Amino acid sequence: MAAIKNILLVGVGGQGTILASKILSSGLVMAGFDVKMSEVHGMSQRGGNVSTQIRFGEKVYSPIIGKGEADLIVAFEKMEALRWLEYLKKGGKMVINDYEIPSAPILMGKVAYPQGIIEELAAKADISVFKAAEIATGLGNSKMMNVVLLGALVKALNVPGIDWEQVIKDNVKANFADLNIKAFNMGLAQV
Amino acid sequence: MKELMTGNEAIARGAYEAGAVFASAYPGTPSTEILENVVLYKDKIYCEWAPNEKVALESAIGAAIAGARSLSTMKHVGVNVAADPLFTFAYTGTNGGFVLISADDPGMHSSQNEQDNRNYAAFARILMLEPADSQEAKVYTKLAFELSEKFDTPVMLRVTTRICHSKSLVELEDRIEVSMKKYGKNIGKYVATPANGKVMRYKLEDRIKAMETYSNNTDINTAMYHGSDIGVISSGVAYQYAREVFGDEASYLKLGMTYPLPMDKIKEFAKKVKKLYVIEELDPYIENQIRMAGIDCIGKEIVPSIDELNTDILRKAVYGIESEAVTSEMAAVVRPPTLCAGCPHRGFLQVLSKKKNVMISGDIGCYTLGSAPPLLAMDTCICMGASVSAGHGAAKAFANAGLDTRVVSVIGDSTFFHSGVTGLMNVAYNKSNCITVILDNRITGMTGHQQNPGTGFTLMGEPTVEVDIELICQAVGIPKSHIFVINPLDLKETDQALTAALALDDASVILAKWPCILKKFSDQDKEDFDLSPGKCEINQEICTKCKTCVRTGCPAIHSGDNIEIDEVMCTGCAVCMQVCPFNAISREVK
Repeated sequence: MAAIKNILLVGVGGQGTILASKILSSGLVMAGFDVKMSEVHGMSQRGGNVSTQIRFGEKVYSPIIGKGEADLIVAFEKMEALRWLEYLKKGGKMVINDYEIPSAPILMGKVAYPQGIIEELAAKADISVFKAAEIATGLGNSKMMNVVLLGALVKALNVPGIDWEQVIKDNVKANFADLNIKAFNMGLAQV
Repeated sequence: MKELMTGNEAIARGAYEAGAVFASAYPGTPSTEILENVVLYKDKIYCEWAPNEKVALESAIGAAIAGARSLSTMKHVGVNVAADPLFTFAYTGTNGGFVLISADDPGMHSSQNEQDNRNYAAFARILMLEPADSQEAKVYTKLAFELSEKFDTPVMLRVTTRICHSKSLVELEDRIEVSMKKYGKNIGKYVATPANGKVMRYKLEDRIKAMETYSNNTDINTAMYHGSDIGVISSGVAYQYAREVFGDEASYLKLGMTYPLPMDKIKEFAKKVKKLYVIEELDPYIENQIRMAGIDCIGKEIVPSIDELNTDILRKAVYGIESEAVTSEMAAVVRPPTLCAGCPHRGFLQVLSKKKNVMISGDIGCYTLGSAPPLLAMDTCICMGASVSAGHGAAKAFANAGLDTRVVSVIGDSTFFHSGVTGLMNVAYNKSNCITVILDNRITGMTGHQQNPGTGFTLMGEPTVEVDIELICQAVGIPKSHIFVINPLDLKETDQALTAALALDDASVILAKWPCILKKFSDQDKEDFDLSPGKCEINQEICTKCKTCVRTGCPAIHSGDNIEIDEVMCTGCAVCMQVCPFNAISREVK
């Protein structure tokens, strides 16, 4: 049986992790994989952290993974990369958006946003870091950050034979398709 | 055609394919999206949000007795609210197929407890099915309607968060149109008087025997033999974890129907394996019954009965293997959910949190987030509606002991309709001096914006009557002079109302009315409220960095070298502007 691959998308409510994981899982289904995708939401819209787990292979049983099992973690926010580090498999890869969203205790000035996260993660794992927000803003729409990150994810994942441009077209509004594909391709070039 | 679907989408699809025509529910995580997907088939299935789970269940019971295939969905604690009709409906049986979806929340992702509702099936003696993925969620929903009609019983489809909110592939099929069963008056069957009830009680035992025979023969209870060393009995999502941890060498008895249990099949399976494991999330529901049948097994002595399971926990429990994780000494700062920027609850709770010698009796909703720092504006949270009734009891106890502590009960609009109204009736009738605050944000907020009896729209999008909360309060006996209708984002007005209410010797109501900032505003909302004010800004030359604004807990206010307001997040609610002691904050005039 082909080994199951585990991907973890982590971020903060409102960052668009759900759409990115939806596009990703549609592509994997089209490629003929058995796919399970699990998300924890509920209070995510109220500033909490969000995570989506995607597992694919010949036959997937559990919809969720445990610690040390993710082949790839894509963090939409820097501190979330640190929070989920223990889910990374030894030898796994991390794609990190160099972007900070302070949480409530930080906003209130009770604690500082941790410094040196990237250096710490670089010492522990194989990481790719870039500023997806700047790329998205450069495209004229900061909301495209999630699709830029999806591009980087797909590159890092390296599953051949999937027509991602078509998958994107199938999953976004027609008048945004070109912009999304552009954002996706810029993400591809980052890893 | 195969589609990736969540368990909730698949249940809705199953109800559609099964020819269901009636659905009633009260929203609650992780069940909410079932009806939000049933409404996509509204040309075939009539569906509605009921004021609470008891009303939802009873409405579906009525439709089923009338002859329609009906379903009712709710979260695990909702079944507590609906338990009364459920237990008697088990006695009467049904006419059209009836399915109750109980969506449990092991690990309490969004709930106040993690009760295992499989116990309800055995307690109420109703047939139970447990799907283990989205495909099964759809297939079992359809089967549930058939079995309900076959055995003349309500059927409970028990799912959990990981089934509800995980996506897996589902094979879509066409809808089967099922005609209404003929309705006929049948007093002996449907009138549960003591005399009839006794007859029903004996019939119920016969039904359980027939269902048990089915359970022993159905292929949704399947044995998969791979070897004789290890056998695993499991159901629901726990089966998926077990399948992955024990692998291809173990034999499995996967149970899709878990009440009544297929005890003959279990005995046969147990005989064929040397070591028998029972893998369950939460309670030893299957294990206890297996042990009572005299079969030895390994279960809860190694598998935790608290919190949700995963492959990590199970691997450690069975093999003692800890996963190799990459760790760091550096810790991420917690990211708790907070009241949104512009949330109308913040204004009210900000004022309330400053009142001394007050017990705040809380409830279930977004305002429960006000219990966290910095507001700390909630003393209790028990269940839906408890704020008003528990507040009444506390007020009586304080008064009887001669203490001058006052009680302010805080409840939302949807929760008030759910079960706050009866509590308020008790406050008025039995004369306590509670101040009941109804935070009417014009929608059911926490679960993601469902219509309710106060919003003027139904689940199916039709305009309808609106409950007049003020009139309800008057009708139960709170005089008009003791009802304060306020804008909770106007802190002065809020403070005046609270001060006036606290000065009264008897019960009062504060109705704080302002729409949820995330809501899709109706035309009426736009007419009634100023919903696009200018944004707030801090004049850094005046700001003394006293952080009074920061202590409102608004996520748009950033405290660093300077205190700043994020202009994208700010909605112009102006709570910060009103608390600033130095008038350093201004709002852009539009």
